[in-house]
Amino acid sequence: MVSLNVLTAVCICYGAFLFLIAFAAERAGRQGRSGWLKAPMVYTLSLSVYCTAWTFYGAVGYAARSGLEYLTIYIGPSLVMIGWVVGLRKILRIGRSQRVTSVADLISSRFGKSNLLAVAVTLIAVVGTTPYIALQLQSVTQSFAIFAAPEGPGAVADTQSLALWVAAGLAAFTVLFGTRNLDANERHHGVVIAIAVEAVVKLCALLAVGIFTVWGIGGGLEETLARIDAHAALGQWQMDNGRWSGLIFLSAAALLCLPRMFQVLVVENEDERHLRTASWAFPAYMIAMSLFVMPIAVAGLTLLPEGSNPDMFVLTLPLSEGQSGLAVFSFIGGFSSATSMVIVAAIALSTMVSNHIVMPIWLKMQPGQGAMVSGDVRHVVISARRVSIIGVLFLGYLYYRLSGGGTALAAIGLISFSGVAQFLVPMLGGIFWRGATRVGALAGLATGFAVWLWCLFLPSFGDGVVLSQAVLAEGPLGFGWLRPQALFGISGLDPLVHGVLWSILLNALVFTLGSLLSFPSPMERLQGAQFVNVFQHSGTPRSWSGGTAQSEDLLIMAQRLLGAREAQALFQDEAGRQGVKGVLPEPSADFLLRLERELSGSVGAATAHAMVSQIVGRAAVSVEDLLAVADETAQIMEYSSQLEAKSAELVRTARQLRQANETLTQISHQKDAFLSQISHELRTPMTSIRAFSEILRDTPEMTAAQKARYGGIIHDEALRLTRLLDDLLDLSVLENGQVQLALAPVRLSEVLERAIDATRSDGAEMVIHRDRIAEGALVETDADRLTQVFINLIANARKYCDAPRPELRIAVSAEGAAWRIDFIDNGSGVPRDQQAVIFEKFARVGEQKAGGAGLGLAICREILARLGGSIAYLPGQGGAAFRVSVPRRSAKAAR
Amino acid sequence: MGKSVLVIEDEPNISEAIGFILSRDGWRVATHANGVDAVEAVQARKPDLVILDVMLPGRSGYDILRDLRADAATGALPVLILTARGQARERRLASEAGASHFMTKPFSNAEVLEAVNALIGA
Repeated sequence: MVSLNVLTAVCICYGAFLFLIAFAAERAGRQGRSGWLKAPMVYTLSLSVYCTAWTFYGAVGYAARSGLEYLTIYIGPSLVMIGWVVGLRKILRIGRSQRVTSVADLISSRFGKSNLLAVAVTLIAVVGTTPYIALQLQSVTQSFAIFAAPEGPGAVADTQSLALWVAAGLAAFTVLFGTRNLDANERHHGVVIAIAVEAVVKLCALLAVGIFTVWGIGGGLEETLARIDAHAALGQWQMDNGRWSGLIFLSAAALLCLPRMFQVLVVENEDERHLRTASWAFPAYMIAMSLFVMPIAVAGLTLLPEGSNPDMFVLTLPLSEGQSGLAVFSFIGGFSSATSMVIVAAIALSTMVSNHIVMPIWLKMQPGQGAMVSGDVRHVVISARRVSIIGVLFLGYLYYRLSGGGTALAAIGLISFSGVAQFLVPMLGGIFWRGATRVGALAGLATGFAVWLWCLFLPSFGDGVVLSQAVLAEGPLGFGWLRPQALFGISGLDPLVHGVLWSILLNALVFTLGSLLSFPSPMERLQGAQFVNVFQHSGTPRSWSGGTAQSEDLLIMAQRLLGAREAQALFQDEAGRQGVKGVLPEPSADFLLRLERELSGSVGAATAHAMVSQIVGRAAVSVEDLLAVADETAQIMEYSSQLEAKSAELVRTARQLRQANETLTQISHQKDAFLSQISHELRTPMTSIRAFSEILRDTPEMTAAQKARYGGIIHDEALRLTRLLDDLLDLSVLENGQVQLALAPVRLSEVLERAIDATRSDGAEMVIHRDRIAEGALVETDADRLTQVFINLIANARKYCDAPRPELRIAVSAEGAAWRIDFIDNGSGVPRDQQAVIFEKFARVGEQKAGGAGLGLAICREILARLGGSIAYLPGQGGAAFRVSVPRRSAKAAR
Repeated sequence: MGKSVLVIEDEPNISEAIGFILSRDGWRVATHANGVDAVEAVQARKPDLVILDVMLPGRSGYDILRDLRADAATGALPVLILTARGQARERRLASEAGASHFMTKPFSNAEVLEAVNALIGA
């Protein structure tokens, strides 16, 4: 016989063995030798946390009580794994792209990162999982008690303290390996590998007991089958269709909704492709687990004394046959089942509790500092998780003590299942229906949970414990239609099927109605699109655009959550991607999203969003996000942005064309006006020439003086024509830039001298004041062209100065690298409104006096532009004043 | 007898040529070189005929013509428009403004005589 001390030692050794494995795996992972850890088979084995102590011990008991019905618990998940790979892949993809940390995170993230919803899901999960943890503790203590039984009832006098020890041991293990790294997306390699090992151990243990039962004591396969057939209760294929389909549905839902299943299925998943292996290997595993359930049950019922607990046949059968070794192995199998479930469930729940309850409260309690608090937030998060783990296990222990461990194991398990199955509605609704809203999800969950509490959970404590016999039979306060096991007067259903049916049905109904009647927030629409179209949206969820975030603040926050090294690496990587020097990247929308995703791996989407928004200073959703939602898919977005770009381009082109057209029209108008002007300027002298030449020809009686006068007019007008043509040609050459400049150093005095000499003959006598000293300045320019300018100005003064005694003052002064030559007369000057136009072609001021074509100043302006200087009218000088500015050294010398 | 003509033209040589031709034909010729007070000049001299250049300093010949046409005293006065700009557009503008006749520079002397005599109905 195995003594309790030996058993305890075995437990401790086994625990130490798991420690070692987990430790080795973590080390291998850190050293980059984690290839085999990420094998699809490990993933499949880790899924076996589905098979808990309830399955290990309880399935046999279940079979002993209800025949083949225990199979439903395996059929549900198998159907999902085999038949619904597409849906699972979608959940995995969403989990990965949104960096989901738990089932609560998934649902809250979908519905606009609502923390309220996360809290609701977390609470339901805790309530639904606590009995299940209690169940595991119970099964471990019961199995201890089996071994203790021969030693007398006093040997395990205090099973409750034993349960406490088991709970404490499990808490220690979970804390050690479950909170090693903060980011849930870094995954718990050690835990996963330990669970995979436990999966192998429990399968082998059950197979060993099974083989012993069939071939060791049962006398072979045929005899065993015959015995099963012969057994009155088990031999018949009783199938209650309603209950069977209810249970299959429930267990299928459990695969998706149980926090621990979500943890291993989604959060710990390394690679979507592992799903392909798991889709056949996991059902195969479960077939192997269920293979010997029936033979063991039958053997137990026939061989063991009446009244033995069928839930413990797996242990008592080998014990009664004196196979202590096998019994211990079987015990370890059961122990493995219990511990693996508790560890994963504790990790999953603690993540939810710390991310959605503890952290938000803690953040709120940091007045005014928010995400920018000093100190290591990481430490807070990890502590929160550790406390949560211990809390969850303690709750399980409390439940175990309060419930007294009396009820059949399987019953609690199913009630737990149906509690968390409420998540199925918002989960599936959220990932397949974009119209689903937060209000709908909350209302549906609340309804489903309430119905579950009333119909399943409270009655599960037993008649008269929480709900009195009267309430069960007559309904509360006499409301018959509210009877917990016959809602709305529909009786005759199996209580479990009844509860599941109503809770899920009402949940779905309220969810749908609530979603249809409420209006989703922008963030919900955004996340809805991201979730429903996760395969199309290969990219990232959009939620930040620019903002005034300080990268440094973000880094400080990120360091606290991710650790200094990881955060700096992340920022540096992003800075590199943005092409920014240094460690701090621009807080671009993309980067903020990436950061938020990284952080959500540590603290959950809602909290991460809240923290980033505290720093970025803006929790609202941008217009860009709304556009992202409005457009059905990324393709449409891309297409529309292409269209947008094209249309913007068209608008640009159109504007350019319009401008070009305007310019052309303007040029065309100018050309028309110019031609019209030239026509006028040419026709005017020609009119005189023609008229007087006809007069000379047709008038015989004419004095010699008259003839001379008219001949003189003809001659003058011919000269005027010539001058006009010369000017036009000159202007054309200057404007086309074809002019050849002969640049050479020359004194200004020399140029002025030549100009004054050339104009001496025209017009009235005029006194010219000069500044001989200043005129000595040297200038590098084209002397002929500059002379032309001066001639024009002096000639104009002579022509237009209307003073009785005309005077012209020519002043030279320095202006930086240029010389200023001012020509100021004492006439009445150019009227203000004309000053702007005098440099235009054909602009003439006042009456036609000397037959100029109005091209002189236009030519001056062109010449000075070529020489690198300028000419301007100088107002307010008493008379007409022009300022010429020429560079001392021509910049055009090189040309 | 003797019909009177007012030549409103800013080019002195052209005024002189027209004056010479019309004087020999028996006209009393007066000249005016400015657009600004051309209307007043017409009203003051009350000529039988006006020869009006379009491009005048200070005021366009068309504006002057419009004013003359708007005034009852000069509304029916024969006006010969002279322009150095030969486009068809000018001809249209002139007829719209109420020109009696339109001539493009340079003109032949015989043409001018023919036109003025036709306008005066002699």
